[in-house]
Amino acid sequence: MKILVPIKRVIDYAIKIRVDPTKGPHAVQTANVKMSMNPFCEIAVEEAIRLKEAHKNKGDEIVAVSIGPKQCSETIRTALAMGADRGIHIETKGDVRGDYVDLQPWGIAKLLKGVVEKEENVDLVLCGKQSIDSDCGQTGPLLAGFLNAPQATFAAKVTKEDDGSFIVDRETDAGTETIKLLPSDAPAVITCDLRLNTPRYPTMPNIMKAKKKPVQTISLEDMVSELGLDLDEVLKPKNQVVEVYEPPPRKEGEFVESVDELLSKLKEKGVVG
Amino acid sequence: MHCLSRLLKPCWYTKCRLTSSAATRQYSTRSFSHASSTEMLLENHNEPRLPVTMFTEDEQMARSAARQWANDILKPVVREMDNDSKTHTPIIEDLFKNGFMGMEIPEEYDGSGMNFTSAILVVEELSRVDPSVSIMVDIHNTLTNNAVRFWGSDALKAKWLPRLATDCVSSFALSETGSGTDAFAMKTIATPSSDGSYYTLNGEKLWISSSREAGVMLVFANVDPSLKHRGITAFMVDASSEGVSVGKPEKKLGLRASSTCPVVFDNVKVDAMDILGEVGLGYKYCINILNEGRIGIAAQQIGIAKGCFDVVMPYLLDRKQFGTKLADFQGMEHQYAQLATEIHAAEVMTYNAARMKENGLPFVKEASMVKLFASQVAEKTASISIEWLGGVGFTQDLLAEKFFRDCKVGSIYEGTSNIQLQTIAKRIKEEYE
Repeated sequence: MKILVPIKRVIDYAIKIRVDPTKGPHAVQTANVKMSMNPFCEIAVEEAIRLKEAHKNKGDEIVAVSIGPKQCSETIRTALAMGADRGIHIETKGDVRGDYVDLQPWGIAKLLKGVVEKEENVDLVLCGKQSIDSDCGQTGPLLAGFLNAPQATFAAKVTKEDDGSFIVDRETDAGTETIKLLPSDAPAVITCDLRLNTPRYPTMPNIMKAKKKPVQTISLEDMVSELGLDLDEVLKPKNQVVEVYEPPPRKEGEFVESVDELLSKLKEKGVVG
Repeated sequence: MHCLSRLLKPCWYTKCRLTSSAATRQYSTRSFSHASSTEMLLENHNEPRLPVTMFTEDEQMARSAARQWANDILKPVVREMDNDSKTHTPIIEDLFKNGFMGMEIPEEYDGSGMNFTSAILVVEELSRVDPSVSIMVDIHNTLTNNAVRFWGSDALKAKWLPRLATDCVSSFALSETGSGTDAFAMKTIATPSSDGSYYTLNGEKLWISSSREAGVMLVFANVDPSLKHRGITAFMVDASSEGVSVGKPEKKLGLRASSTCPVVFDNVKVDAMDILGEVGLGYKYCINILNEGRIGIAAQQIGIAKGCFDVVMPYLLDRKQFGTKLADFQGMEHQYAQLATEIHAAEVMTYNAARMKENGLPFVKEASMVKLFASQVAEKTASISIEWLGGVGFTQDLLAEKFFRDCKVGSIYEGTSNIQLQTIAKRIKEEYE
């Protein structure tokens, strides 16, 4: 089984985002800010490893793919340290932003489609349901569309059947839904949600072993021409970021003395009819 | 009789002077991975130098992994372990599983195969959350593991390194009731058998960290007291050996979750193959290894100081009095700015000392300096943090009071501050003579 796991380098989830409104679409400060693997991507890597382990490691291969600047090599190394076997780093120039400003899901999905086809025999693409910077949640579904692939989003549980199909429990607003992705020529595309698993910590020995695992580094331009794509189509945003601003500061609440007063206040504010 | 020999014996640190230059030379060549490190350093003297606060990818990953684990897994149980005066077994198992216990042990022995700086960073990050756990990791890595790697025979290394990397906690059994700073005044005896194939250990060690959890102890004993310190030999003693009994843990001010116990050796038989290095060279190994152990302690102390800031700064930025955040009062600004500066100085010194060691440069003076200074900064930071927090700082609601209790031993173990001062003074005099 060959599993492709696209991973994204984003601002660390614990960091407080700083916005400089004078910088237009580039308002979110990324310089000297701690970056890490997108938490949902971590979950995807973990799930890939668990599937491989459940399959008793019958020559399964997990390939981590990342599109981004030089420092993405660290993100790939983390995936390798967790247990991925191989990495592909499509390197962008330092000023190309991945947080929706420059690279957007359409372009990413086009690239990933190319990678899947170039890799051959990919059985499954596991990705995070969304990235925590752009929060689009589109790359997985777009990729499935480009590949003509069976897809399941917001996976809370994934099982592989012997016939090559995948059983996925999906978390929806109405509850949990179980669907079966039938085997097809294209790999199944599954996006991972929070409750799917708890990612493992890379151990020290595995961090060192990760250094020996092969990583192919190729510039975005070279990859685009290799895949026969149009660089403009990949890089030019389909959507334009108009404005970036911080949410308004939370206002102080009011204390009320009684339920009646609460109701009248709510009516006043137009919250209740 | 024995009192007389104690009087005749000069203080152990002056022995350092007689032996340390030889030891340093021996040490320097031993720690070179290949003979030309100094030449390489000199050749590269035109290349741009990175600050010591910048680390390799390996080192950064080690640090992040330690920080993440400490915050997610260790932090929730810190208070409980302190109250119970016991480190939880799952925590110890996790330390091994994550590779924190075999940082520098090579891959071929199931270790993590990383460098000294990585070990130091792990100790610092763990200390930031719980110094009791970090001392177990520090002693294990910088004292036991490294001593075995440096001076152990191939057979000894093959026997112990995999265990030290994967499941066996170690203790460093040097001190006794009558010998702390005056370590060479130890009374534990190792009597050789008639054919020399084994030794019988008799004696009692005191203040031994992690002894309750230890699977192995690096024990220093004298094979021939008439040779004075030149009889001291280092033995790797399996803690489950017949005759080894670990006494009740001391009730301590701080580092409570770290077990500190007396250990009695009653006719304990130790195979000659479990001798570390050569008979009679134990005193040299002990002095040498404690040098790098000092950098480890400095890392622990820096971690404590930073841990205090982790508790205090969010509080100062949140709490208001007279409509102003505590962090915005100029008096407070001046105080925490001053301390942050001192912590920075301590960390830079410590990272630099680690790099000096890695590059095979002599670092005895620097190791003493960093331990001395870092422990001073930690104590100062921990104490004043409680004041900055006000009343709640004095309660167990926050970890500040624990850091205050934990940091005090920093100026005592692995060489008291007075000893560090003497070591530094001696080196300074040598430089000017």
